[in-house]
Amino acid sequence: MIKLYDYLLSVNCYKQRLLLSILDVPYERVDIDFYPGWEHKGAEFRKINPLGHIPVIDDDGYVLWDAHAILVYLASKYDPTGSWYPVSDPRRLGEVASWMLFAEGTTNTASAARLHVSLDYDFDLEACQAGAHRLFRVLDEHLWFQEQQGQEWVASGESPTVADIALFPDVALSEDGGISRLDYPALRRWTERVQRLPGFIDMPGIFPVAKAPA
Amino acid sequence: MTITDGRQTEPAIGPADPVAVDQWYALTALDEIPVGRAVRTKLLGVPVSYCRDHDGAPLAWLTQDSLPAGAPVDARTLDAPLPTMADYGYLWTTVGEPGGALFDIPETAEPDRRILNAGTFGIFTSGPRAVENFLDMGHLPFVHPGVLGQQPFTEIVDYQVEYRSSEIYAVNCLIFQPKAAAASTSGQMVNYTFRVPHPLCALLYKSTPEDDVRLDVIGLFVHPIDDGRVRAHLFNCLLDTVNTDGQLRRFQQGVLAQDKPILENQVPRQLPLDPDAEAPTRADKTSNAYRRWLSDLGMTYGVVASTQPGL
Repeated sequence: MIKLYDYLLSVNCYKQRLLLSILDVPYERVDIDFYPGWEHKGAEFRKINPLGHIPVIDDDGYVLWDAHAILVYLASKYDPTGSWYPVSDPRRLGEVASWMLFAEGTTNTASAARLHVSLDYDFDLEACQAGAHRLFRVLDEHLWFQEQQGQEWVASGESPTVADIALFPDVALSEDGGISRLDYPALRRWTERVQRLPGFIDMPGIFPVAKAPA
Repeated sequence: MTITDGRQTEPAIGPADPVAVDQWYALTALDEIPVGRAVRTKLLGVPVSYCRDHDGAPLAWLTQDSLPAGAPVDARTLDAPLPTMADYGYLWTTVGEPGGALFDIPETAEPDRRILNAGTFGIFTSGPRAVENFLDMGHLPFVHPGVLGQQPFTEIVDYQVEYRSSEIYAVNCLIFQPKAAAASTSGQMVNYTFRVPHPLCALLYKSTPEDDVRLDVIGLFVHPIDDGRVRAHLFNCLLDTVNTDGQLRRFQQGVLAQDKPILENQVPRQLPLDPDAEAPTRADKTSNAYRRWLSDLGMTYGVVASTQPGL
């Protein structure tokens, strides 16, 4: 069974729990005392990931780290429809890769602000917030144009991809870092669509949405 | 007791509110404080720094330019050391004149208690808003569904609020909880007592799955960075022979992370003390008592003071 080295309040760990839940893949959680124990920075954990980061998965002896790499692996291996990581469609695949790189930016700004506010990480809060707003503006416009073309997800096509999963928690938890989404209506509509996906699970801090009208 | 009689002179540093200034505040859990290296923060808007010395004893001082964050600290070179206490697992300090010891938590003397800081989290809110949320039973089924409450079991039956030696007690607070504690294996009706012994510290006592008589004690100790931003310490003093520290923390941290966005969406960040400012319900009896108590103390920091006379 897949082992997920996990911390409840980590957005990058949550991305894995969310995709595993949506794909209905069973897994075993190994709780890492991220805070206050900083277990992921300790010598024992660095034997698993020398970078001292979570999440890490161990799939029957195959060990992989980096949140977005794990999403790619899980979708490629465990999604029989091939829609979450669309390798058969070069254009869509390019878009997915592009938005996943974009998600590195939202993690390093919006989620960094959250770590500063919540756990006193030594980041420049105003710089993180300003960086997140620049990216949210771009994503909001992109999603608005997508909607005009009848598209609901960040990459083109009928169904969501791992790029949506990679972006979702950085956006949905942005207010934890003092980043309001008031000015990004398309972004808010998109987060609600993600929250209505079959198999969606939340993490503490994400407000549930009302069920979609039948 | 920490509640002073109230001095007439303005505090030398910090906000012009002797009630807020003349208190002990928990800055950080002792075992999370670096040894011999300065950490900078603010207390009531006043820049302060802290560390532990090489014997483990806590030090705090008014921040000085010669000691940036991370700098090695020699206690003998501190320009303006602040009084400190090491109690309940935290470093406590003050920028005022508390004139007394910290409130007592007798349960901490019981040898089989699990005493730990479940976590310290920064929140954009005021101290009084954070304490009020901790005292509020009504939000449990909505904000912590499946854990500390469950819809449709949202009714709060009447309970008693009492003042005992300058503290607030709310007793016989009953609520159905699907998972009342990390050690719970099923849902149960849980009996809570809430206690407010300090303007920015509150405790709750609740029945525990592991003991028929004694109660789990959970505390919220607020470190007010300023009047719109706090660090909230979750103090645990539990009867639990089942869970690891990590499991206990996971449970409590998840609860606090659910509260954070609720608090950050309350406007204004400061707690209105005017009885007409926010419509109360029966579930808010403790909250009303807390607001009135803060008014009576004359607290002005982190609140919107009541304009109504004689309250």
